[in-house]
Amino acid sequence: MTKINKFEMRLSALSENESFARSCVAAFCLPLDPSIDEINDVKTAVSEAVTNCIVHAYNGAPDKYIDMSVTAEEGGRLTVTISDSGCGIEDVEQALQPFYTTKSDEERSGMGFTIMKTFMDELLVTSQKGRGTQVSMTKYFRGARNVDSRTDSSTD
Amino acid sequence: MQVKIYNTGIYTVAGLSGELDECAAAELRRKLDEALVLPDVKKNIVFDMGGVSFMDSTGIGVLLGRYKLLKQRGKNMFISNVNAQMDRILRTTGIYTIMQKVSV
Repeated sequence: MTKINKFEMRLSALSENESFARSCVAAFCLPLDPSIDEINDVKTAVSEAVTNCIVHAYNGAPDKYIDMSVTAEEGGRLTVTISDSGCGIEDVEQALQPFYTTKSDEERSGMGFTIMKTFMDELLVTSQKGRGTQVSMTKYFRGARNVDSRTDSSTD
Repeated sequence: MQVKIYNTGIYTVAGLSGELDECAAAELRRKLDEALVLPDVKKNIVFDMGGVSFMDSTGIGVLLGRYKLLKQRGKNMFISNVNAQMDRILRTTGIYTIMQKVSV
């Protein structure tokens, strides 16, 4: 049976927590033996998701929370889920487009989701206007996905 | 974040160090915008990222913002000493098409 290790945390939606959040995930995934580049990919993607919560979901309001749930599966699959209860995204497909931003006056690059998508292997964004957004990202370390598909034909 | 500005050869170098994310962006923007309008700033400005250990898309926004401001003043902006993590972001976002890498 595959060994599964999990951690969950709730943190205030403050930008000074970004460094803490990405470092936590990086430290947690070390037993999966990722390469340095893979760790950096995960750190960057986590930073993007947490920034989105602070800047977009809560628009800088300091008394809000971000929930993180991280799962490490033996064999090298890491899943990070980051949720907020903020304003939600009206059109997720549009938000995922490169350079799309609702805050162009603030020097925002509009590349947050593009980086998450490029740096992780899977990205799933679900959102409800006025209720919040959940971003779920998966990374397969050192080609773990290929091993999975050889041994388990039920995965897609 | 720390910012050190100095002139060398044809360049003014803005040496940055620290982690460039949302937490650091506002202060970095202010420091750079104060320093890069001084009269002894040369036409070619290099952002030396040698001391930057991490950058995300907020950093890309800061770089693009400075590029636009400097361009309006007739200045050229370059970038140097990027680590592997930053290089991947700069490539993914296409920043190198407007900001060339140089060594100083």
